[in-house]
Amino acid sequence: MPTSAPTAQALADVTASDSTLRRFLHGLPGVDTVGLEARAASLGTRSIKTTAKAYAIDLAISMVDLTTLEGADTPGKVRALGAKAVHPDPTDRTTPAAAAVCVYPDMVAVAKEAVAGSGVKVASVATAFPAGRAALDVKLADVREAVAAGADEIDMVIDRGAFLAGKYSKVYDEIVAVKETCGARARLKVIFETGELSTYDNIRRASWLGMLAGADFIKTSTGKVAVNATPANTLLMLEAVRDFRAQTGVQVGVKPAGGIRTSKDAVKFLVLVNETAGADWLDNHWFRFGASSLLNDLLMQRQKLATGRYSGPDYVTVD
Amino acid sequence: MSDERLSVLKTYKLYVGGKFPRSESGRVYEVTDSTGKWLANAPLSSRKDARDAVVAARKAFGGWSGATAYNRGQVLYRVAEMLEGRREQFVREVADAEGLPRAEAVAVVDATIDRWVWYAGWTDKIAQVVGGGNPVAGPFFNLSSPEPMGVVAVVAPQESSFLGLVSVLAPVIATGNTAVVAASEKSPLPALSLAEVLATSDVPGGVVNVLSGRTAEIAAPLAAHQDVNAIDLAGADEALAKELEIAAADNLKRVLRPQAVDYSGTPGTERMTAFLETKTVWHPTGALGAAGSSY
Repeated sequence: MPTSAPTAQALADVTASDSTLRRFLHGLPGVDTVGLEARAASLGTRSIKTTAKAYAIDLAISMVDLTTLEGADTPGKVRALGAKAVHPDPTDRTTPAAAAVCVYPDMVAVAKEAVAGSGVKVASVATAFPAGRAALDVKLADVREAVAAGADEIDMVIDRGAFLAGKYSKVYDEIVAVKETCGARARLKVIFETGELSTYDNIRRASWLGMLAGADFIKTSTGKVAVNATPANTLLMLEAVRDFRAQTGVQVGVKPAGGIRTSKDAVKFLVLVNETAGADWLDNHWFRFGASSLLNDLLMQRQKLATGRYSGPDYVTVD
Repeated sequence: MSDERLSVLKTYKLYVGGKFPRSESGRVYEVTDSTGKWLANAPLSSRKDARDAVVAARKAFGGWSGATAYNRGQVLYRVAEMLEGRREQFVREVADAEGLPRAEAVAVVDATIDRWVWYAGWTDKIAQVVGGGNPVAGPFFNLSSPEPMGVVAVVAPQESSFLGLVSVLAPVIATGNTAVVAASEKSPLPALSLAEVLATSDVPGGVVNVLSGRTAEIAAPLAAHQDVNAIDLAGADEALAKELEIAAADNLKRVLRPQAVDYSGTPGTERMTAFLETKTVWHPTGALGAAGSSY
């Protein structure tokens, strides 16, 4: 990463003005697209079997942010999702709980009640999710409502329009404002919508911008566009959090979201985490999967490992 | 330059979800004719191929079982049409596989094509034979209709590699089930070539999936699979059939036990009804009029 490693103090200078921020972000080394994709692909070929696979599956289950972000969400559906997050496989109580349920702000109270006392967190998307096209005070009101309702985590979207137009300080200021609104009560996940950022260079810049602004987590996407989490863009973000900790001592989490549907994919992502950021991130405090159908596939694989028979969709809940 | 042409050998592949993959394991085994002469290498499927095939079959079930019976009949008839066009190829393959003289192989292939036509005709008639209205003591229509079970694993007959295969496969899909076929272990080539015919005859991908390899290795995970609804053990020997039936009991799969069958005879409807469930619905006839009855 940056060849002359700046100190934490130097990074504070970076955010002093629009021009220093721009100079810093554009000074980040360009991404070797071919190398990045080849690295992500080669790590995806690791063979994870038997006990390691069982460990990976349980770890992945404990990292799932069970998500429902539909216009058709009802309190009943959110309650069902909460129950599933607490006991993903009711027939096997050794199954770990999911990390969180992820809902729209108006469903936070319902979700909170559904997971009460279980340790499962409630995450809420906010800031005019998924487009992020609203005035700042509207976005902040959105966040305040979610935090007041008891959300443990806020998933905000950045203003991609401003980012692509080069107004980095506007994006930065928004993240800072949202972080302030979250206060100490909620961890902040910043969604970049990598599918809309066009280039890997932009994803690297967005990652650093988000971390400089105080994100607790950086997250790939909303799940609402064509291209969501891919091994390559997640690898890039993992490199960013690794380098950020090396330079500032601050650890930031990563959450790929959208498009991860099979256990095999999930295990590939865990390999990326271990090989890139390191074992410190192999914990649901630092790494999450934003997904809904992934959990069922993980459960079916878990049942297969436990019984030796292939399981089927009749043996997991429909959500 | 020599006038002699290099021979183009055919790579036989599996048929899963409408595609022709190699075995996930990368393995193949040698297939020989009845005299021991090498014919080709066929994929040696693993349990993961079986798993993938079940996923494909499950995915195809909604569309295939939801298609009208008339449409399914047209598609199966199309299979017969396509087979007719590749008659020579199948005559050769059947003659090699089963060690038959050409005339007998021709008779087998003709009988096989006729069998597709027979089952194509049955798709929209089986419901009248095994379903219908039931007289009940009340103002209700009471209707029974046969429904496909879902994904059916088919252990194809070992000796009759083509006529036998079609005789057990066609009845399964005619009624709207989808199938995962473990082809004859010794002579899988006609089954793998049949897959090429199915792929070009409007049969949606995943409705039929063909695996070649060791019957015991493929059938065991299919019998234990929780997402397979029934299994036809036609090609399993006594010991294997017993083992598979035990494995199949776990999720109460329906099991069709192996039995001595002369595949050249008229098939009857038993193999179709073996994989049908009966759904019975009660429907009120409406208010009884002053005259006593409204229908």
